[in-house]
Amino acid sequence: MPYPEMMVKPMREEMVDMGAKELKSVPDVDAELGDQQGTTLVFVNSVCGCAAGGARPALRAALQQGPKPDKVVTVFAGQDTEAVARARQYFADYQPSSPSIALFKDGEVVHFIHRHQIEGKAPQDVAKNLADAFQKYCAPASV
Amino acid sequence: MSGHVFHPGHEELHGITVVVTGRSGRTYVGRYHERTPKGTLLHDAGVHDPAGGQSLEDYLARTLKFGVKAEQKNLVLPDEEIGEIRKLAEFE
Repeated sequence: MPYPEMMVKPMREEMVDMGAKELKSVPDVDAELGDQQGTTLVFVNSVCGCAAGGARPALRAALQQGPKPDKVVTVFAGQDTEAVARARQYFADYQPSSPSIALFKDGEVVHFIHRHQIEGKAPQDVAKNLADAFQKYCAPASV
Repeated sequence: MSGHVFHPGHEELHGITVVVTGRSGRTYVGRYHERTPKGTLLHDAGVHDPAGGQSLEDYLARTLKFGVKAEQKNLVLPDEEIGEIRKLAEFE
């Protein structure tokens, strides 16, 4: 059962403030993930403490360093259930968990962070995991 | 750290994905919720049974890469079944 919208509003805003586009419906998800070119990060947001204390601050920090994905989008688990279910179809090899983070390159998942890799970790540890992936997959190819 | 934490006052492992070594030989992976009079409650738990043929090492490696394949939404493990409890992240 979803939490009252007024409770999750700050969690949504935290994502939008760092430049993520919220996907709240199946058409929203398909429009962003359906025919991807370049790099896209999908952040599965959550009301839980490891999203608040680990995942969101980590993503914010990672996006402020070095290379970053061409697009950052977010769906909210437990709130926008149809959008979340649709997004998960694009990374169906991975079991559902929230928060979780998928990085796509040209439509393929190239890096995935599960909830168990966020739980109890300092945000800077998760940020490093993300920043390393951004460096590997999002940096312009050197000539 | 940003705010909005909804789980105050719980046990240290609350919300953490753990690996429980069972005395039966089974191994359980799930999100620790709490210890109750009936046992320890895990959410979204997967079970490795050595009788299934897959080695525990392979099961854990696949779980680390692709996540916990939840077979039971709520799983209560009685105290007599519980051997060791470790965080899944410790296996990485």
